Amino acid sequence: MGQFLEYLVKSARTLTWVMLGIMALLVIADILIPTGYGRFPFDTIGGFGALYGFVSCVLIIVVSKLLGYAFLYRSEDYYDDALPEGRPAESTAETREGRDD
Amino acid sequence: MTETGALASGDWLHPSLLLIAGALVIPFLRNRVQQGYRLLLSLGFLWAVWTIAPGVYGSFAFLGLDLVPGRADKLSLVFAYVFSLITVIGTIYSLHVKDNVQHVAAYVYAAAAVGVVFAGDLVTLYVFWELMMLASVWLIWRRRTPESYAAGMRYLLVHAVSGVLLLGGIALFYTQTGSIAFEQIDITGPAFYLILIGFMINAAVPPLHAWLTDAYPEATVTGAIFLSALTTKTAVYVLIRGFPGTELLVWLGAIMALWGVVYAVLANDIRRLLAYHIISQVGYMVAGVGMGTAIALNGSASHAFTHILYKALLFMGAGAVIHMTGKSKLTELGGIYRYMPYTFLLYMIGAFSISAFPLFSGFVSKTMVVEAAAVDYRMWIWLMLSMASAGTFLHTGLKLPYFTFLGKDSGLRPKEAPWNMLLAMGIAAFFCVFIGIYPAWLYGVLPAPVDYNAYTLSHLFWELQLLLFTGLGFFLLLKHVGGEAKISIDTDWLYRRALPATARWVRDWGGAAWQGTLNLSLRGIQGFVMGLARHHGPQGLLARTWPTGSMVLWVAIILAGSLLIYYL
Repeated sequence: MGQFLEYLVKSARTLTWVMLGIMALLVIADILIPTGYGRFPFDTIGGFGALYGFVSCVLIIVVSKLLGYAFLYRSEDYYDDALPEGRPAESTAETREGRDD
Repeated sequence: MTETGALASGDWLHPSLLLIAGALVIPFLRNRVQQGYRLLLSLGFLWAVWTIAPGVYGSFAFLGLDLVPGRADKLSLVFAYVFSLITVIGTIYSLHVKDNVQHVAAYVYAAAAVGVVFAGDLVTLYVFWELMMLASVWLIWRRRTPESYAAGMRYLLVHAVSGVLLLGGIALFYTQTGSIAFEQIDITGPAFYLILIGFMINAAVPPLHAWLTDAYPEATVTGAIFLSALTTKTAVYVLIRGFPGTELLVWLGAIMALWGVVYAVLANDIRRLLAYHIISQVGYMVAGVGMGTAIALNGSASHAFTHILYKALLFMGAGAVIHMTGKSKLTELGGIYRYMPYTFLLYMIGAFSISAFPLFSGFVSKTMVVEAAAVDYRMWIWLMLSMASAGTFLHTGLKLPYFTFLGKDSGLRPKEAPWNMLLAMGIAAFFCVFIGIYPAWLYGVLPAPVDYNAYTLSHLFWELQLLLFTGLGFFLLLKHVGGEAKISIDTDWLYRRALPATARWVRDWGGAAWQGTLNLSLRGIQGFVMGLARHHGPQGLLARTWPTGSMVLWVAIILAGSLLIYYL
């Protein structure tokens, strides 16, 4: 199974082009074939899903990162001073050895 | 939504009591015997739940209250079914764990969750509600790190608040209506809002959600499976039962769906990322409750059903990675697909399900909620939910697996997860695919008859385009979407930072102010006392002993005076 996955990862370039081809066909099909819904103004626009998906993705990443850098990001030890003292603060593979949880 | 009439009733063995009683035996058993017993117990619980016929069972009067511990209608059954199923899956996943506290806690927790969904009255509901909290916190504490202890404490405090609000609401509800039956809460006034907020805290509705993403990533690897399945979904159940059609919930749900997505962009801990997507997914369910139509409520119930299975699968995949590598951060993981290929593939089935890819379970349930928004012509809700859908695939389906299993080689060389973990994930994955291919099985157990087909051409076109072009965006922005070695503050900042800081400020400045007032008044008093001492003290003018000579003199003067007056 691992080897099969490795083969797939090695042929990533080919797979990318196949995927892009599928996506192009999908948009073309959506433009050509009417789907029968007309509840929202954009229901009848072919390829709107593709546009909305792409815009959503970019918007989510950009807005979230902006919020992160402007307000939300803190260093990883930001809350650490509130921890109970006298015990290791880091739970590493070593300290967890022999434990089954 | 209660179905009366020709239904079974009478005495029954409450499946929750069966499971709790059975769990108490666990500490007396060891090793293989205990493993076998736990498996049998969870299967017995599954059997006990799945064989319940719709009806009302075991009602009795206590202190003048009509308690109904066993109201089994279609709505409660669909939740009980999936809770019992996840108990079996969680048991298999945690078969190797040697920690009796966790085992007992997990079963009591699952029993309490089932107790909540079968509760036909608010008092029984409250008792199981609190039991859920008390049992579940041990699944966090048993990680035995300082972080998990602190997070568990905060978890307990937040849920204690939820419990108090709920209890207050129930008491008011009882005085107002004279009944404790748990049906749609159709009164006005504080009781309505107290109960609603109590439920909303457990459903993790922002801004009352931070307990979830704070505590779940600190839980034990196996305990997180139960946590991810039970608390928020019992809350979804009680919201469906008590507050269908509450308009406020539509908007809160849509905001929730996007809130989780925004924070998932910033998350670095893999289980925290998944926890934020619990909030996002529960947002769909809460929005469905708010819309309140038959298709929306069906959507919420079915999405809860599929969500429990795929979210547990995702948590199991992430848990297996943590279990095998000891790492939980995207910045420390990468390239381990060669070593954990089965974990990777099973995780991806969960990821495709949550992203609502056609042929996976999320597609047949999430689109039902989105469709409910469409038939009500709620354009903005529809657009918000669709955007959250893109965000879900972006993080759970692309970011997490890419930076955990693929991407840059982190140098980690873990072994594949143990067989019991893979088996549990396999069972969950089976249901994810099975429901996706054969949705009629799920639709058959939903509360209302289903008149909905997920596999229309429009849904397929829309969903596939949305997801695949989200993928395009991801790979174009690949450099900017990876985890960063940072944490992001959420509303828990208020009680982790702002409130303690305020308390410290009050302590410091209040102390100083008090000291100042004290000093000032002391000085006044001191001045007064000193004045007194000056005049009346041992050295004081007025306290000096008068010399006897002057006294004799004055006596002589007075005598002389009186002699003079006598002779005059």
